[in-house]
Amino acid sequence: MLTRLGAAGEGYVAPSLGAFLFDPWVHWTSFGHEFYINKVIGLLFFGCLAVGAFFLLAFRNPKVVPGPLQNVAESFYDFIRNGIGRDVIGPEGVKYAPYLTILFFFVLIMNLYGILPVAQVPVTSRIAFPAFLAAMSWVIFNYVGIRRKGLGPYFKEIAFPPGVPKAVYVLLTPIELVSTLLVRPFSLAVRLFANMFAGHILLLVFATATVYLLNAPNFSKIFALVSFPMAVILTGFELLVEVLQAYIFTILTAVYISGALAEEH
Amino acid sequence: MMVLAAPVSGSLGSIGYGLAAIGPGIGIGLIFAAYVSGVARQPESRGTLQPIALLGFALAEALALFGLVMPFVFGK
Repeated sequence: MLTRLGAAGEGYVAPSLGAFLFDPWVHWTSFGHEFYINKVIGLLFFGCLAVGAFFLLAFRNPKVVPGPLQNVAESFYDFIRNGIGRDVIGPEGVKYAPYLTILFFFVLIMNLYGILPVAQVPVTSRIAFPAFLAAMSWVIFNYVGIRRKGLGPYFKEIAFPPGVPKAVYVLLTPIELVSTLLVRPFSLAVRLFANMFAGHILLLVFATATVYLLNAPNFSKIFALVSFPMAVILTGFELLVEVLQAYIFTILTAVYISGALAEEH
Repeated sequence: MMVLAAPVSGSLGSIGYGLAAIGPGIGIGLIFAAYVSGVARQPESRGTLQPIALLGFALAEALALFGLVMPFVFGK
């Protein structure tokens, strides 16, 4: 893979969109559509199974005095339930803690694939996955708001925030509607996608540069001493970004839910 | 007729992204400056300030990331 991306002798070839395209393992046609299973989908299935199996095993036989696995799972759940659910949404946020926990760990695993050996590609760097997660958050916060306040009052509160002079609504209403209903899901999806996409390209640039420089015919080999540590340092940086983005995706979902639940003031 | 002293070649998208990153860069700097001085003045407020700072960071960062994605969407 690396030698194909940065083959020696023909000048350095920078990694491009091709690095995100994988050959299908299996493909078939049904209902007039072509279906593919490639590395990304394989990683997705494996991640779902891993997260599901972890929580099932941890809570299959819960005890009052938890064993080691249950202890770890409980502290994870506690972190989301108290740190995000209760602190951001309020006392009723505990109700949403299961969804937020699953969301956090799903996004986290999909991001961590970016630096895990063998996997080496973040699933969330394909726009479809963040887009679907963002659509789910969009449906949830709108549904919660509509159920709490009713269809009319909910949209009225979005379009006409109280405490503003009447004339300002000419300007404010379109901005508020676009920002709440369109920009929110869009930015949620693009933030996660672009972070993972850019991070993966960044790692590829330094990894392929190292291979290219090592294969260089002359003194240029020395510069691999610079690009290789950069690749290692950036892997650590990516770990930080991946955890942070999973956290931010979850906390923003919680913020949107709490905004939809909040009473007019 | 305008004569260019030195013709410019290369990707216009990278210049655009550089310009687009200025604003969020300043914004993120301001957010973390405020966070750092807040925690320095009152270390016990770290727990309260951290999610707020990260939230502000994420919202400001989104603008830079839109700039990153646009060349791929509208390019070619």
